[in-house]
Amino acid sequence: MSSTDIHSFHGGLKLETYKSLSNNLSSLISPLPDKIILPLKQHIGHPANPLVKIGEQVYKGQIIAEPDGYVSLPVHATTSGKIRDIGLYSVPDPLGIKAPCIVIEPDGMDTWIDIRGVDNYLEMDPVTLQNRFRDAGISGLGGAGFPAHVKLKEGTQTEVELLIINAVECEPYITCDDRLIREKPDYIVAGTRMILHAVQARKCIIAIEEDMPDAVNALLPLLDDDIELVKVPTIYPQGSEKQLIKTLTGKAVPSGGLPIHMGIVMHNVGTAAAAYRAVSRGEPLVSRYITVTGCIPSPRNLQVLIGTPVRHCAEQCGYSEKSGNSIILGGPMMGTLVQNMHVPVIKTTHCILIRNKLNQGTEMPCIRCGNCAEVCPVELLPQQLYWFSRSSDHNKLKQHHLFECIECGCCSYVCPSNIPLVHYYRLAKNEINQRDLSITKASESRYRYLKHQERLKHEKKKKKLSVEQLSISGKPNEKKAYIHEAVRRGRAKRVKKQQVRKDQKDE
Amino acid sequence: MMTGLLIILMLSISLAILAENSRIGSEILSLEKTDRINILLPQTQCGQCGFDGCEPYATAIAEGITAINQCPPGGNITSRELSRLTGSEYQALNPARQSEPLAKTALIDEELCIGCVKCISACPVDAIVGAPKQMHTVIPELCTGCELCIAPCPVDCIEMEPKSRIQI
Repeated sequence: MSSTDIHSFHGGLKLETYKSLSNNLSSLISPLPDKIILPLKQHIGHPANPLVKIGEQVYKGQIIAEPDGYVSLPVHATTSGKIRDIGLYSVPDPLGIKAPCIVIEPDGMDTWIDIRGVDNYLEMDPVTLQNRFRDAGISGLGGAGFPAHVKLKEGTQTEVELLIINAVECEPYITCDDRLIREKPDYIVAGTRMILHAVQARKCIIAIEEDMPDAVNALLPLLDDDIELVKVPTIYPQGSEKQLIKTLTGKAVPSGGLPIHMGIVMHNVGTAAAAYRAVSRGEPLVSRYITVTGCIPSPRNLQVLIGTPVRHCAEQCGYSEKSGNSIILGGPMMGTLVQNMHVPVIKTTHCILIRNKLNQGTEMPCIRCGNCAEVCPVELLPQQLYWFSRSSDHNKLKQHHLFECIECGCCSYVCPSNIPLVHYYRLAKNEINQRDLSITKASESRYRYLKHQERLKHEKKKKKLSVEQLSISGKPNEKKAYIHEAVRRGRAKRVKKQQVRKDQKDE
Repeated sequence: MMTGLLIILMLSISLAILAENSRIGSEILSLEKTDRINILLPQTQCGQCGFDGCEPYATAIAEGITAINQCPPGGNITSRELSRLTGSEYQALNPARQSEPLAKTALIDEELCIGCVKCISACPVDAIVGAPKQMHTVIPELCTGCELCIAPCPVDCIEMEPKSRIQI
């Protein structure tokens, strides 16, 4: 194995990991819940369009909503049963909004629809392979949930130098990737080779943290010269895309740029495992590993069906509702607090963290210590962003690259004044997006308004013109006479015609 | 010695301010002042500001006749942006005008509609479709929530519904 030089990125934190809470027990296959809630949008891009009706019987793996456009994915039934409802349900979202979902009532049989795998994927065209990923509904299982085929497709348009499979699970508490690697290393390696074939990359790296020795040992015997396993230091947020690229290549992804512009494609290990299932067995993405951890009797990893309510997952690990518990989807650094435990697990949910009442401390004024800027892995100026977020200065926020913020939470973590900085940035991002949307809408409305005015003017002119024409052609009396004349002529013609017919008959 | 230092300091400050201002305005500097103001307005043409539409209001602001906080659909955000653009002091939305509303959409009760076409000609953005003696309906994506269609309706079949957040 050739060795890759390890570089480092700016800032970051060494955190207590709390991984041993959940990574020693093997994962449990979660029993069927009494309902499955499948949001039509579990990825970045357009929501899917439903294809089923309420009351219809569906089978596991059946497509129940079709993708709308290129950056979109189909939704598959994750178990067999009847469609109970199609409507608005709470989804895992920091703003707590409701979104269109399909609800399935499982019949307990878990019957698969007819699925078929591919015997030899190496004979397949890379594009066909990518389409297979899309049809299997594979979106990034790591963070944002970017449809995998879009990332892959970019790969065929640009030469791909390097494919990185991201097994860096840098957030505390989360161990689902660790468990997945230990239990299914063959899936991951095979899936990695499939993605490698789909993007035709020259080099492939699986990046893993130093403190995951068992996972490393599971993977090593399966690797060949085609894939390199690189151990990276355990620093938060090492697993973030741009930070990991910096560590592995020493190069920074430019502001506003994408890794693909540098010839790099990155996927999560979970995506690799899903790719293996999709290609070799024809199984769409219907389940995933999630970590249930924190203040519960038996924290561990579960294999759950997508769409399982969060409460059902937590109850498998001995959760009972207590006042003062807060439930976080995701890790302690980047996760979002959920109010409602009926929200479903979606493709990007990797952790359910139950914590005792958060002791956040009261927010105090900024003392300008500058700690936040020291730990920011994107090298932003968190203090400045904080002031401009408070005053909603959108131009300044854009100038200071608010949208480059990866919301890793390092700044909030080190803030001695307990200022929830990331919270302010999220609000500001949302505000700016809304404002940009309304400005676009306003300019469209303005265009329509101007066209409307133009049309009114045109109609008025036309009306005036026709009135003028009428008055030029003569006075109303003359017009009457003109009509009379026309009627008379018509009548004369008819009489003449009748006469001719009569003559013909007589002859 | 001190005066020299002071002069250099002041010069650098004024240069910094100049650079900052030119950067903000560079996208829209090429436009007339009225147009620059008009772009920030929501283009509902609702007339709640007391003028005949967005452009007349923009003209009035440009001429300094009226305050920058008279636009309810734009709310405090528009007011803040206008204050940045015009350099006048920020004022919260004038409470005498309507309070800052939620995004709304007109909805026609299709059972009551008699097809009189009056709302269609009232809509400033052509967001209502229909024909004489045929049922009319609002295209929600195009509706700006200006409420101008409500008054002309002879059977009171148009109501304003809050735009749900997923629709936006």
